Amino acid sequence: MTIGAAMLVLTAFLASAVEAVEALTVVLAVVVTRGWRSSLIGAGTATLALAAVIAALGPALSLMPIDILRMIVGTLLLVFGLQWLRKAILRSGRYKAFRDEEALYRAGLAKAQAAGTTLRAGMDWYAFTLAFKGVFLEGLEVAFIVLTFGTSQGSIPLAALGAGIALVLVVIVGALVHQPLSRVPENTMKFAVGLMLATFGIFWSVEGTGIVWPGADAALLGIFVFLTLVSLGLVAVLRRLSERQALIAANTAGMGEEWEST
Amino acid sequence: MMTYLKHFLRFWYGFIVGDDWMIAAGVVMALVLSAALAHRGLNAWWVMLVTVVVMLAASLWRETRRSR
Repeated sequence: MTIGAAMLVLTAFLASAVEAVEALTVVLAVVVTRGWRSSLIGAGTATLALAAVIAALGPALSLMPIDILRMIVGTLLLVFGLQWLRKAILRSGRYKAFRDEEALYRAGLAKAQAAGTTLRAGMDWYAFTLAFKGVFLEGLEVAFIVLTFGTSQGSIPLAALGAGIALVLVVIVGALVHQPLSRVPENTMKFAVGLMLATFGIFWSVEGTGIVWPGADAALLGIFVFLTLVSLGLVAVLRRLSERQALIAANTAGMGEEWEST
Repeated sequence: MMTYLKHFLRFWYGFIVGDDWMIAAGVVMALVLSAALAHRGLNAWWVMLVTVVVMLAASLWRETRRSR
């Protein structure tokens, strides 16, 4: 397996694992409050719909000339990957709250309990819709990565395999523990996915303009290391800024209390 | 019909571009510049790398200013 293929599988795996954990929180809340039948049919239908999107668009994308495809896809992957990376850096730098699966699960439970039940054709359509939306919207990002990354790397099945393994793993663990998977290091995984998408995005978009990378495919590793170091540096700067702000806020609060007591 | 179209476009804008449109704009400008330099025979592979670092740092800086 080449470096590119290994990174493709790993990226699809990590992205799918993160999104599957998020979708699992929604589906579990619906299953617990509304029953498993309609919820699981909703989640299953969404998974099939995502597979259909990949199956329908994959061959169409493969028909495009590879240079144009890589430039367009590379640009999309880069912009998309920088979104993931930006959020992960802000979270690691303590400027954005981490996702709290437990809190989201409790909110989901309350929402699903509060909604009334109307059965039509033996189905709880509220549960179906909630589970469908949860899985489809979270899975759309994975489908996007599988399609774009897979086509440019020349293997949608390999990307789908990585994503599929992660999905199966999360479903099995979720079914066993019957709780949201709050211990999964989501932000670290998002950080890694953001770095890999941005790396391939930079490589392909620039290559698509006719520029030749020094070291050809080996440049991928160089870009990845460079982006990782820059990102870690940015996290360190944000942490220092956040600590300084917290110190200033604490000092200001202390001065206010002193002034009030005099 | 127009409302559905607006929702549809807004969804895809949020999906691809996200919270900071300046990053996307910077990437597209860097791509155009790289293509123009390549057309003149310059192998400017570093343009996109520099742009990404600058745009990312600037975007994070704006976000920290907002949350102060």
